[in-house]
Amino acid sequence: MASVTYDHVVKRYTADVTVVKDFNVEIKDKEFMVLVGPSGCGKSTALRMLAGLEQISEGRILIGDRMVNNVAAKDRDIAMVFQSYALYPHMSVYDNMAFPLQMQHMKKSEIDTRVRNASRILGLDNFLKRKPRALSGGQRQRVALGRAIVRSPKVFLLDEPLSNLDAKLRGQTRVELQKLHRDLQTTFIYVTHDQVEAMTMGDRIAIMNAGILQQVGTPGEIYDHPANLFVAGFIGTPTMNFVPASVSDSTAKASGFEVELPKSLPSGKGTLGFRPEAVTDRVAEGSPQFEMKVDVVERLGSDQFLYGQVGGDQVTARVDPRMAVAPGDRVKLGLDTRSMHFFDAESEQALL
Amino acid sequence: MDLLIQDVPTLVFVVVAVPAVLAIYIVGTEYLVRLLPDKQRPRVRPWFWVGPALLFVTAFLVLPALGTVVTSLQDHDGNFIGLVNYQRQLGDFPTGGAWIAIRNNVYWLILYTLFVLFFGLILAVLFDRVRYESIVKSFIFLPMAISSVALAVIWGFMYSYQPADAPQTGTLNFIVVNVFHQAPKTWLSDPTVNNFALIAAAIWGITGFAMVILSAALKGIPGELLEAARVDGAGELTIFRRVIFPLMMPTVVVVGTTLVIFALKAFDVVYVMTAGNFQTDVLANRMYKLLYQSDNPGGASAVAIILLIAVVPVLIFNLRQFRAVEARR
Ligand SMILES: Nc1ncnc2c1ncn2[C@@H]1O[C@H](COP(=O)(O)OP(=O)(O)OP(=O)(O)O)[C@@H](O)[C@H]1O
Ligand SMILES: [Mg+2]
Repeated sequence: MASVTYDHVVKRYTADVTVVKDFNVEIKDKEFMVLVGPSGCGKSTALRMLAGLEQISEGRILIGDRMVNNVAAKDRDIAMVFQSYALYPHMSVYDNMAFPLQMQHMKKSEIDTRVRNASRILGLDNFLKRKPRALSGGQRQRVALGRAIVRSPKVFLLDEPLSNLDAKLRGQTRVELQKLHRDLQTTFIYVTHDQVEAMTMGDRIAIMNAGILQQVGTPGEIYDHPANLFVAGFIGTPTMNFVPASVSDSTAKASGFEVELPKSLPSGKGTLGFRPEAVTDRVAEGSPQFEMKVDVVERLGSDQFLYGQVGGDQVTARVDPRMAVAPGDRVKLGLDTRSMHFFDAESEQALL
Repeated sequence: MDLLIQDVPTLVFVVVAVPAVLAIYIVGTEYLVRLLPDKQRPRVRPWFWVGPALLFVTAFLVLPALGTVVTSLQDHDGNFIGLVNYQRQLGDFPTGGAWIAIRNNVYWLILYTLFVLFFGLILAVLFDRVRYESIVKSFIFLPMAISSVALAVIWGFMYSYQPADAPQTGTLNFIVVNVFHQAPKTWLSDPTVNNFALIAAAIWGITGFAMVILSAALKGIPGELLEAARVDGAGELTIFRRVIFPLMMPTVVVVGTTLVIFALKAFDVVYVMTAGNFQTDVLANRMYKLLYQSDNPGGASAVAIILLIAVVPVLIFNLRQFRAVEARR
């Protein structure tokens, strides 16, 4: 149990290959922090620096109040679940889970209690004697979790632990992991490239892109107030609508419509952003309306998404699933102006 | 030129006739197999393919081995004399007959095998994360490329002895005299050290081989396993003991049993450096001497059979282990 602080952390492989740039984040004690970003953005590297598996080029990492830059991995009291599980193939499930405890020279009886306790929580009771080779992917994943939870470490690191599981199992395990976090009362840092996992699991989310931390916040904050164009586009499915627009005072003018913004902005060009759910068939009094030429209709049962053109721009709308629409139709839609975003053309930062 | 012209028919024979015979064999047997009903084919076909190999093994291995057994039961003139040859080799325990050679083979078996494994493992692990790994490893592997006769000659120089008042030309005695200020030693004729001197030379020659194979096994261990162990709180030595070594174990066993067989067959180094004198004889050398120097084919055959019997269990174990490694992938 401890907080984790990244203080101006940089990871450089060679002089011109910098994969993590000026990384600053404070992870609170017992928090479930999700580190999310596209593939290759440096998430694993950031995590591995914390675990002590990668040298820190610049800056400091603290666990609790203790700087760990020069502390060996084995002395950091961290548990990590690897993407490939990294189970010891020559040890039984039991020994795999007992291994970290044996490293602490714990008493045999205490080890036994803890391993049996963890295996009960994870439903591994019947597999304790088996070798990892004789387990399914999901079972191996649980052994990897078990090996981490037996120790009650200060911090729990998970690097895309669900990416090898099928969709159903992934959903289940997501829930189990959250439950585990509540039960263990430990700091979790969870790396994923899946924004659904990030939104559903994290107390807070840190979004990275190309080695740079983009935004840290609760799922709600990030969804409602993305700090820049990247975050706005990365979080949410279908993605946010982006249309080029120019602002003068508090009016934004796109090619197909005009909207009144809640506050006035410095006039200039930029990108107007609004989520698909802001474009509906329920046309409210006084709000902007436009006609959309529908290209694709996507029915999901509970939702219906329309993909089409407004003016010259590509727009996605979320409409009532009972609305009868066919590709090629022209439909009248309204825009909910309460959650509009506007991004500066050059800096791509959110101005609204 | 003459030679070349004479060789032309042989060359034509090799280039044309051998592939032709092979092709005819393959096509012919396949034709025969096709004549059989569908169900029989899978059972019959493998026999046609292993047939030639079986033939060769029988002709060049099984039959000579049986011949050797027969010879070992005969006297010089081919009369059956029962186990007399074995009696002569094994009768005078502990120093008569083949016993010195057997004792030395046991030395070889233990020291050669263990030291080669030990050095091979250490070198494989130590050089695994070195910057110029491949160059360093090539150097250590180099003795493998030297013929064992040359190796023995080189080490002969290392061990060479001059009387105490003469300048020492042997590397080892030079060090003994000039660094440790001791009297020079007769490394190859002093029975207290000469066996170990021979074994050391052979170890130098084979360690690179063990290192390369063990290092391949080491490279096969996923890096994430070691990282996981580090995060789990294990120090580097513990990681070696609990994770790396057990995972390399099957390979260690295969290399080890191969070395045991090498040790039992030890000949060249002994033959070149001491010819088995000064109590350095080994079974293979004894067999050679009995056959070619004492003109005693019965005794030589008896030694050969003793050697064969010693190798068989190791061979079986090795094959089993090899299969186990294969099955584990
Ligand atoms: N040894 C190395 N030398 C140079 N560059 C490296 C090295 N290791 C990793 N990188 C680079 O660092 C970047 C970040 O890698 P990292 O593994 O942290 O990505 P990631 O965000 O975890 O991606 P993924 O979601 O695919 O796992 C990648 O672009 C990768 O190419
Ligand atoms: Mg990664």
